[in-house]
Amino acid sequence: MREITLSQAVNEALAEEMRRDPTTFILGEDVAEAGTPFKVLSGLVEEFGTARVIDTPISEPGFMGLAVGAAMTGARPIVDLMFGDFIFLIMDQLCNQAAKIHYMSGGKLNVPLVLRTNMGATRRSAAQHSQSLQALVAHIPGVKVAMPSSAYEAKGLLKTAIRDNNPVVIFEDKLMYQDKAPVPEEEYLIPFGVANVKREGSDITLIATSSMVQVAEKAAATLAKEGIECEVIDPRTIVPLDEATLIASVKKTSRAIVIDEGHQSYGVTSEIASRLNEKAFYYLDAPVVRMGAMDVPIPFSPALEDLTVPTPEAVADMARKLCAGDMIHAA
Amino acid sequence: MAKAKTNTEDYLRMYRQMVRIRTFEDNANQLYLNAKMPGLTHMYSGEEAVAVGICEALTDDDRITSTHRGHGHCVAKGANFKEMFCELLGKEEGYCRGKGGSMHIADQSHGNLGANAIVGGSMGIATGSALRAKLLGQDDVTVCFFGDGATAQGLLYEVMNMAALWNLPVIYACENNGYSEYTKTEEIAAGSITARAEAFGIEAFKVDGQDVLAVNELTQKLVARCRKGEGPFFIELETYRYHGHHVGDINREYYRTKDEEKSWKEDRDPIVRFRGYLVEQGIATEDELEAMNAEIAKDASEAVAYAEQAAYPDGSEVNMHVYAD
Repeated sequence: MREITLSQAVNEALAEEMRRDPTTFILGEDVAEAGTPFKVLSGLVEEFGTARVIDTPISEPGFMGLAVGAAMTGARPIVDLMFGDFIFLIMDQLCNQAAKIHYMSGGKLNVPLVLRTNMGATRRSAAQHSQSLQALVAHIPGVKVAMPSSAYEAKGLLKTAIRDNNPVVIFEDKLMYQDKAPVPEEEYLIPFGVANVKREGSDITLIATSSMVQVAEKAAATLAKEGIECEVIDPRTIVPLDEATLIASVKKTSRAIVIDEGHQSYGVTSEIASRLNEKAFYYLDAPVVRMGAMDVPIPFSPALEDLTVPTPEAVADMARKLCAGDMIHAA
Repeated sequence: MAKAKTNTEDYLRMYRQMVRIRTFEDNANQLYLNAKMPGLTHMYSGEEAVAVGICEALTDDDRITSTHRGHGHCVAKGANFKEMFCELLGKEEGYCRGKGGSMHIADQSHGNLGANAIVGGSMGIATGSALRAKLLGQDDVTVCFFGDGATAQGLLYEVMNMAALWNLPVIYACENNGYSEYTKTEEIAAGSITARAEAFGIEAFKVDGQDVLAVNELTQKLVARCRKGEGPFFIELETYRYHGHHVGDINREYYRTKDEEKSWKEDRDPIVRFRGYLVEQGIATEDELEAMNAEIAKDASEAVAYAEQAAYPDGSEVNMHVYAD
């Protein structure tokens, strides 16, 4: 099968869906001729024109608001938010408006919009261009949240998002745009709420999102050589969450580590760990452990920034302790 | 002013709609005072000529976005009393199945995209509706209602900029009732309101919001121009809210005098003024208008009685409509 980058996969998904549905359009800063700073959208304006690939002023709440109104009245906007960190600027439009309108209207109004944005540290971009803020959005009922872990996932999940009748936020890891993966030529969709068991194992479950799937797979490969068999699961969407697959795995392995690049406290890892504790408690041989980004603003210096995110080595160390039955509770 | 047959019908409908709003609000206020309404609500009384003058220039395909003070817009855009009172009382037969209430009432069938409890929160929605019309080649116009207080929100300037850049068919209707909640507008708004729109090259108008014909005539012209691709436009409507910020805001003397309230009610009431005009021009007699008022009062009390007896939504609805299929 051919291999393409995550960036190309996103571009293909957008082009295919825009050809398929004339009510779709892209809105955001420097999306047209510039194709975004990451060049993810290059070439789309040539095919679809500036009427459907719309460069906006630097007005995130404004263009997000426009997307909500367009979605409510029959279009399917795809918003490009240049950095995930800017989500704080659009919170009212996303969380007070888009997320609630279907419910507040008793089901009469729909808001079928996609917000594409990014996440991920270690790009030396410091505290306001490096955050992974998926937990903030996932906390609000009415929004779906997808976290693609490869080019294949990015294409299939984005196409599903564009056809969904709800607001969907997709967090792409900005360090993965050039990562290649096999992607079929023919069309495919990846349904929401269906986790992907990336590797089967019997000793411990590693539940990982987005770029952390690679981290978990590397840890699993290392541990396999030591005789520890990891099951690696990518939930793909954190809202909706395929709880059943996660619980079934933990009942089998009796141990779990949850890995996500958002801050560890009050985050995605906490939520998933809690559900496992609630629903698989008597099957557990060790506490479910959370591994998120450190609870610090992301520092600029490489010497500091690299310390803030989970690594394969750290995940492997934790897995060894859990499998050995070491007491990991803090004193 | 012309008095063609069609105008006569239009005028009587405008009168009827203004009285319907006032009557709706009087009943809603009474429900609050009798402790029959969950929560509280914001009265539109006094501003009727704004909603009616504008919405009578629109079709059901044209959209509006409304505000926390939104009952007037909802009635003027064509909503029924029964579904509205049911919504205010949190009943299943309400426009939003009781899930929105007064501050989120929406009536999709008549193009009302909904009230909004965030001040200025619907400015993006209205402008996005207009962007959709342009993108899909549809000729409807969207009116964005908001108050003077909302001119302090940054979102307005972001969306007016884009609407002007892209010639979107949207009309920004600023209902200047003189008060931003409990504060005089002059204390929160520097400079002129219309100049804010003019800075973006948007044609802006100031109109007496207590004169339904003036509001309607201006809006008709602007809607026609929007349909030709000449939008956006901005209207500042000078008006007055008779009640407090909300129904519970009873003692208001610390921010406005009773004399001021009295003078607006006695000298500039939009319904009294228009009624005088209709009689003076021979369009309707006092008796005919009284009969219309009585009919509306009866409709309203029947709708209230219906809503009071109507069923609450079943508990199983609590997690319905979080996500669309």
